[in-house]
Amino acid sequence: MSKRIDVKDLNVYYSKFLAVEDVNISIDARSVTAFIGPSGCGKSTFLRTLNRMHEVIPGARVEGEVLLDGDNLYDSAVDPVTVRSQIGMVFQRPNPFPTMSIRDNVLAGVKLNNKRISKSDADALVEQSLRGANLWNEVKDRLGRPGSGLSGGQQQRLCIARAIAVSPEVILMDEPCSALDPISTLAIEDLINELKSEYTVVIVTHNMQQAARVSDKTAFFNIAGTGKPGKLIEYGETTNIFNMPTQKATEDYVSGRFG
Amino acid sequence: MSTNALKRTGGAGESGDKIFSGASLAAGCLILAALFSVAVFLIVEALPVLGADPSDITGGEGFLTYIFPIVLGTVIAAAIALLIATPLGIGVALFISHYAPRRFAQGLGYVIDLLAAIPSVVYGAWGYAVLAPQLAIAYAWLAANAGWLPIFEGPASQTGRTMLTAGIVLAVMVLPIITSLSREIFLQTPTLHEEAALAMGATRWEMITMAVLPFARPGIISAAMLGLGRALGETMAVALVLSGGALTASLIKSGNQTIAAEIALNFPEAFGLRLSELIAAGLVLFLITLAVNIVARWIISRHKEFSGAN
Repeated sequence: MSKRIDVKDLNVYYSKFLAVEDVNISIDARSVTAFIGPSGCGKSTFLRTLNRMHEVIPGARVEGEVLLDGDNLYDSAVDPVTVRSQIGMVFQRPNPFPTMSIRDNVLAGVKLNNKRISKSDADALVEQSLRGANLWNEVKDRLGRPGSGLSGGQQQRLCIARAIAVSPEVILMDEPCSALDPISTLAIEDLINELKSEYTVVIVTHNMQQAARVSDKTAFFNIAGTGKPGKLIEYGETTNIFNMPTQKATEDYVSGRFG
Repeated sequence: MSTNALKRTGGAGESGDKIFSGASLAAGCLILAALFSVAVFLIVEALPVLGADPSDITGGEGFLTYIFPIVLGTVIAAAIALLIATPLGIGVALFISHYAPRRFAQGLGYVIDLLAAIPSVVYGAWGYAVLAPQLAIAYAWLAANAGWLPIFEGPASQTGRTMLTAGIVLAVMVLPIITSLSREIFLQTPTLHEEAALAMGATRWEMITMAVLPFARPGIISAAMLGLGRALGETMAVALVLSGGALTASLIKSGNQTIAAEIALNFPEAFGLRLSELIAAGLVLFLITLAVNIVARWIISRHKEFSGAN
C-alpha cells in the first residue's frame, strides 16, 4: 500500500476563473507532505484535485495530469469513484455520519459498492481501524452509540478511522486540526506520524508549527493578489523551507513577516 | 442609598419584548381556541347519534355498522394515494435536488408546485372525464387477467369511476406536497456529509442513501403525513370521481365511499338525526387524522439520538 503522486502542469479552474496555475510537484510514498500558504492561495483547491473531489463543485475542472504511481487520475477511462476509494480524505470539520453508530461509521466505506463482509471480519476491521486512529480505548464500550455524540477531536479521529478502514493508498487531510483544541490537535499529530509508516499523507495546514512538526516535505503556495491564480512558490524538505528558504516570499511567510 | 447600575431602565426594547411575547401568546391561544371550538361543535352535534335507536340510523343497524365501511373506504383511498405518491414524490424530489441540471431542475420544481395550485374540483372533473374512461380499459384487462386477486375481482366498472381511480387522482393531488417538502429537505443536507460519502468513493446513489436519505428521514415522514392528511380529508375530487356504494374488496368495481365525500354528497338534504350522523362521521375523520399525526410524531422521535441534532 501507499503510492507516490506526481503532478504535471496542473491548472485548476472554477468555470472560467483560473484558481491554481501550473503546479508541478512530486509527493513521495510513505511520507508526510504539508501544504502551507495564506488563505485563498489555492492549497485546499489543489488538495481536492488529488482525489477528484473538486469536481463535486459545479463548474470546477482541471487541465494537466495527476499521476498515482504513473496512472493518470484524469484519464477519460478513469471513474472518479475508483480514485476516491483509493485516495481517502479527512475534512476541516469532523463529519461522521450523524445517523450512523460509531461502528457503522468506520465500516461505511467498506460497505460501499455492495461489498459483503462477515461480522467477525467487520469486528476485526473496526477494532484495527479505531486502534489505528488512537480511538479504540475511548469508544470500545460504546460502538453502537451515535458518532455525533463524541467530542470534536474524537469525531475527527473517527473520520480518520473511517478513511483508513478502506486501506487507501493516500490520505489527504484538509486542515484537520483547525476546529480542534490543542490537546486533540496533539493526538491527531501523533497519529499522522504513525500513519506515514503505512500511508502517503498530504496535509493542508494554516499552522506553520504544525507543518514543521509533522511533515517531511513542505510546499508553500502563494497568491499575487485577489482574483489572481494561486501558485506553488517553493517545495522542499521541511527543514529547508523553514530554515533556509530560497524564495523571498517563502521566507517572509514562514518568519511571520508576511507581505 | 444603594443604586444598582444594572437595574431595569424600562427602555423601548423592554416594552417591545413584552408586546411581542403577548402577541405570540395570543396567537397560540387563538389556535387552541379554534381547535377546541371545532371539537366541541363536533361532539355536541354528534351526541344524538349515541342515544338513537339503531334502527333509526341509516342502514338500520346502528352507527358503527354505518360508519365502518366509509372509514375503511377513506383509509383505502388515502393508502392508495400514499403508496403511489410517496415513492414517486421522493424520486422526483431527488431528481430535482441531486440529478437534474440546475436550470431544468428549477423549471421542473415550478411545474410541480403548479400542480398544488389546481383546485380540487378541477382534479375531480379531470378524473371523472379523462382519467376514468382511460383506466376502465385497464380495469377490464386486470379483471380478466388478475381477477383471482380479491382487489382486482371483476366485473370491472364500465365507467372506471372506482376506488383505484379515486386513489390515483388523490395521489396526483398529494404529489406536489410530498415532492416540494422532500426537495427542500434534500437541499438542506449538509455538504459536509455529502462530501464525506463521496470522498470515500461512494457513487451518487450511495451518497444519497448514506447522507441524504438518513438526514431527510424525519422530513420525508412529515411530508408523507401532510399528504396523508390531505388525502384523508379530500372531498370534492373523490365525490366527483368515485361512483360510491357498498363496501367491496375490489378496487376496480364501483362501490366504496369515503367519509368526506359521504358528508359532502348528503349534507345539503340532511336534517335531524341524519345531520347528527354526518357530523359524527366528521368527528371520526377528525380522530383518524389526529391519530395519524400522533403516530408520525412518535416515529420521528424514536430515532432522535441518531438524527444529528445532538
